[in-house]
Amino acid sequence: MKRLLVILFGVAFLAGGAFVRAQTDEEVEAHKQVLDLTGAFSNEGFKLRDGHWAGMVKPAERTLIAVNLYAGNQYWFSAAANAKAKKIAVDLYDENGRPMVTETYSADGKASAGFSPVSSGQYFVSLGLVEGEATTFCLVYSYK
Amino acid sequence: MILRVPLGTLVYFAAMTLAFAVETAALPPDQMAKAIKTDALTIPTPGELFAAFEKPGKPDWAGQYRNPIPMTYRNRAQIALNLGGLIADGFIAVQAQDSQQVKNIGTDIIKLAKALGVSENVLSRGNSINEFAESSAWDTLQEELEATQNEVKASMQSHRDQDLVILVSLGGWIRGTQAVSASVMKNYDAGAAKVLRQPAVVNFIHSKISDVDPELRNEPLVKEVTAQLSGLEKLVTFQSGKAPTLDEVRKLNEAATKLMEAIQSKDTK
Repeated sequence: MKRLLVILFGVAFLAGGAFVRAQTDEEVEAHKQVLDLTGAFSNEGFKLRDGHWAGMVKPAERTLIAVNLYAGNQYWFSAAANAKAKKIAVDLYDENGRPMVTETYSADGKASAGFSPVSSGQYFVSLGLVEGEATTFCLVYSYK
Repeated sequence: MILRVPLGTLVYFAAMTLAFAVETAALPPDQMAKAIKTDALTIPTPGELFAAFEKPGKPDWAGQYRNPIPMTYRNRAQIALNLGGLIADGFIAVQAQDSQQVKNIGTDIIKLAKALGVSENVLSRGNSINEFAESSAWDTLQEELEATQNEVKASMQSHRDQDLVILVSLGGWIRGTQAVSASVMKNYDAGAAKVLRQPAVVNFIHSKISDVDPELRNEPLVKEVTAQLSGLEKLVTFQSGKAPTLDEVRKLNEAATKLMEAIQSKDTK
């Protein structure tokens, strides 16, 4: 039920976003894929943040998105793309650019990184295309 | 710190690769400077703040309620700031699991949203908030409040009010910080106080306000709030991993309270 609600909210958000800027087919597909990925976390009590970033990621390039996390919370950062991306990577760095140890999952065109900060503050989520062609990624995160 | 892997998640990801990963190279400063910052992901919701804050022990959320605020503001910037504050109040009421308070705040959110001329989608959220409050669906209510906030922002953007979006986020952040710092002062706990360290959030909001239309930026209330943001940024800048002292928390609460008083004052031009 919760997973259904999350998907419905996602669809509602996509519809709402259409007023602001038309989403490309690749963005819609990537968003759909990433919401599917986060369903498992929702079942484990993680709340999906109702917001996302979507944009092009090219091979051998790294896209960084700044987030602000709270010590005490657990987070999962999830990204997905369409079939053009064979393997993607999600990594996390602290405010000084130091790499953080994360728990990771990866599958075709999807990846997640789990992290529990001991210090509140700014972190950087890194999205990378390990194998495949340049395409649109979608990033979301869940917390509890 | 490593997360414990939930069994259900492992089953779900049975076909996937499980690993602990760490990149070895640090990020160059120029790459960090170019990092994407977006209202939708870079500014945490009040729900995230409150979830972290209550980890060491559930605080007296009801003790952080405030008196009802006026619903008759005319200044659009002031409405946007108060809308953000009210949404944070909604999250507080959800944490307190107080159905009646959630419904009262939901009604006020819709009243203020109407004053901004937001879409019908937003207005229908009011009914949903009431229904979920009646059935004590607390998790769903959190999602509904966040969705309401995002719909308000989407509606603002579609009505060429995109400059007001950051004010909604700012109002919510200040109210959340005020409530958490007040709660820390009542029952100081170093672990819980660590959530108050958020210099990059204030810095990002400050930079976004610098980009809004000069006419809006020069409105007296926006000017006053912006002027106080630099001081607030210093008050939430503690050494990484260290908790603020009780005195530092008190100073932060005084600054946040002063800002909230200015935001909700009916005398503001």
